Amino acid sequence: MPVRVQSEDFDTGAELAALRGQDRSVGAVAAFIGTVRDVNANAQVASMTLEHYPGMTEKALVAIIAEAKSRWDIVDALVIHRVGALRPADQIVLVGVTSAHRGDAFAACEFIIDYLKTQAPFWKKEDTPTGPRWVEARASDDNAAARWRTRDEPVA
Amino acid sequence: MSDGNAAPLTLIYLARLREAFGIGNEEVAIPHGVTTAGSLRSLLAARGGAWARELATGRAVRIAVNHELAEATTPVRPGDEVALFPPVTGG
Repeated sequence: MPVRVQSEDFDTGAELAALRGQDRSVGAVAAFIGTVRDVNANAQVASMTLEHYPGMTEKALVAIIAEAKSRWDIVDALVIHRVGALRPADQIVLVGVTSAHRGDAFAACEFIIDYLKTQAPFWKKEDTPTGPRWVEARASDDNAAARWRTRDEPVA
Repeated sequence: MSDGNAAPLTLIYLARLREAFGIGNEEVAIPHGVTTAGSLRSLLAARGGAWARELATGRAVRIAVNHELAEATTPVRPGDEVALFPPVTGG
């Protein structure tokens, strides 16, 4: 389960090909790519800076993938998340999942990005016409992650 | 093992909290009575100023103990790394 935090851009095609490899049990590859929008919360975003918590970030991502593997029948998964300075249209994050069938691949991919958004220690700071501002967490992201919560799982 | 020579706590502040506090990390000896992430937060809030504002009851603050997301009741022990940060906004 490859997990990478990096400032450089990534090549989605190459990353997904590497994840799939020559594994003939794989019948489905699902991917999510998050990119930088030019408008957020009614303000133009000229650029943004992504910060993370080195040491915890990688562990959190590995734990999220492990949880996905325990819930769905997937072969492997990968997360690449960029940090540092980014501009509108830049790629931020790639989640890739391989599975025998599409259902598990789609579900696990959506679970991983939903959990990443509420549990992995990344923060965005946007540059807007009125100055820099930290992006506020969204209740809709909490709700998206909560959909996946199992009955015996504590509310974080 | 006595309190006198116990290892200090390493505190990490991230994102908006780091900017508000003006420091990214510090080491503190654990005062008597601080045994959980929640009591540590209260102790820091008692410093006043930005600490009181950012860590006030009702402000959304996440705490990680040794790189694991913690609850207010999570134990804090000498030598632990405790990070305080706002709700995450990656992805």
